Amino acid sequence: MSDRAISIIFFVLIIALTIGITIWASRQNKSTSDHYVAGGNIKGWQNGLAISGDYLSAASFLGIAGAISLTGFSGFYLSIGFLVAYLVVLLLVAEPLRNLGKYTLADMLASRFNKPGVRSAAALSTIAISMFYMIAQLNGAGALIELLLGINYTLSVIVIGILMTIYIVAGGMVATTWIQIIKALLLIVGTVTLSLLVLAQPSIGFNPVNLFNEVESQIGPEMVVPPPPSGLVAGLDVISLNIALVLGTAGLPHILIRFLTVPDARTARSSIITATWIIGLFYLLTPVLGYGAALFVGQDAIAAQNPAGNTAAPQLAEALGGPIFFAFISAVAFATIVAVVAGLVVAASSAFAHDFYSNVIRGGNASEQEQLRAARFTAVGISVAAILLALPAASLNVAFLVALAFAVAASANVPVILLTIFWKRFNTTGAITGILVGLFSCIILIILSPNVMTGPNPDPPLTPIIPIEAPFPFVYPALFSVPLGVLGCYLGTLLGGGGAEREREQGLQTDYDEIYVRSLTGISNIEQEIEGSTQQEEPRTT
Amino acid sequence: MERHEEWVRVERTSAFRELTHKRKAFILPATIFFLVFYFGLPFLTAFTTVLDVNVIGAINLAYIYAFAQFAMTWILMHLYVSRANGWDDLVDEARSEASRSGGEEGSS
Repeated sequence: MSDRAISIIFFVLIIALTIGITIWASRQNKSTSDHYVAGGNIKGWQNGLAISGDYLSAASFLGIAGAISLTGFSGFYLSIGFLVAYLVVLLLVAEPLRNLGKYTLADMLASRFNKPGVRSAAALSTIAISMFYMIAQLNGAGALIELLLGINYTLSVIVIGILMTIYIVAGGMVATTWIQIIKALLLIVGTVTLSLLVLAQPSIGFNPVNLFNEVESQIGPEMVVPPPPSGLVAGLDVISLNIALVLGTAGLPHILIRFLTVPDARTARSSIITATWIIGLFYLLTPVLGYGAALFVGQDAIAAQNPAGNTAAPQLAEALGGPIFFAFISAVAFATIVAVVAGLVVAASSAFAHDFYSNVIRGGNASEQEQLRAARFTAVGISVAAILLALPAASLNVAFLVALAFAVAASANVPVILLTIFWKRFNTTGAITGILVGLFSCIILIILSPNVMTGPNPDPPLTPIIPIEAPFPFVYPALFSVPLGVLGCYLGTLLGGGGAEREREQGLQTDYDEIYVRSLTGISNIEQEIEGSTQQEEPRTT
Repeated sequence: MERHEEWVRVERTSAFRELTHKRKAFILPATIFFLVFYFGLPFLTAFTTVLDVNVIGAINLAYIYAFAQFAMTWILMHLYVSRANGWDDLVDEARSEASRSGGEEGSS
């Protein structure tokens, strides 16, 4: 009884804190530019913390710890993949995208391709990816609140849905940025403390090697070594998972939009340094959390509370730190979920309101106020849709669901983003077919896979979603859907419309020389910048 | 002067060429290296057992390889950022070089 009361007090405190920030921030939310990208005025370290906050979602904190606690090494792939993916973003995508973009992914594509179809396709894939990601977060929230308050999954998903809608509608991107910063700090404190508690146990004695030794001797060597090779399909599935993890980040709209919230390239880079260190150190601690939970909570107790292991980290906090620490960790995890979902809703609602409503439906003639209202209505609509889709996903691991969102991002967005920047001959038809082929091949393969077509007697025994044997044997689709997305871009370019040169003459495509120079230099208004700099040297570097 | 020509003028400056050359010289090999290094781990663990060797206590070669990926990410990130901060000067140079050459040819 008293434990439950403490949990609720802490829980309410954190929620009150984040709502307070939202109210404060909403007073500063005046223009559409503020709503989408915080007016481009966030400092480097703040943005770095916000990126970490966006990135360290329920999948990282709840999902990976749970996966490592139940399956050992193979759960750690998620940590490695999520981190190394930052190199793809940093080296290939971040700066060109910043230099070309304005608010959304579609803006960046539209800087080269001048057809509403490109914007619509990009908005569609942004919404689809955000939706998958949100289902994962809500799924984690459901498991957590079930453990924390004892209310059921359905109710807690609805509570989170209402909270996140309040955040977005009131605060926009300024609010989500501040929530992410505060949440990132809380999450770091929570994770480091929890790891120290694990390492302080007498059998570990602050020596991480002892942790591995204990797991090997107490639970078994199969928890420490990678799973043994078991055939071609299983092996290729591991590769497929890793393709999605390493490429997917570069196609995640809510991560990419963060590079537009800082004033210049140098700040964008310094924010990446902060983010990569925080994210890396966090992921380095995931085996401590996962193995700690396996040792000090026990695999049976973890699986009994949640078959996918989603509550391993909070259970570990309860076992080692008592009711107050448990309440703190749960509240941090809850704030994490609400904050990440808020960021996702902003990305998805910007995509719809800005790219589809304003530029396609209204032909670019919507006023700022109409756009803002459309963004808010969309935020509510998307939240409701995600809540409804999250309800049947109760028994899946959060990190697994996020890995599927990464696969969709890697297939639909990444080929088009890279080719827009680097391929001179790329054309409008290629961009549209690339997004659509990548998006739909990925979603169709997920539906045909054992994830959805569970067969009549699924293993592990979960509720069968569609009781038919899956015709597509792979759990992760990226191995096939990413090449299909690239092929869609290539064939669309070859077969559809004129070449890039002809599209340029017809005004359908921006000159590639311009894209090339702009993406590398950030020069956006050549007449002004080149002529203007004859009078005075501009020190600015965008 | 046509818009296209102005972009080409920037492209032709020696500073811009130096910028693209330097970027390519770093990013291409770095990308190939980290992708090969990254996919090496899942390939080796999914199809062989060569990494199942304990090195420090129960910490096996697969975990050592995994931790090395963290080090690689941090090192490559810092190498890139320190280089890219230097490239910003080339952008400014390209800008002023292009406007100078435009001033000579054009009739602005």
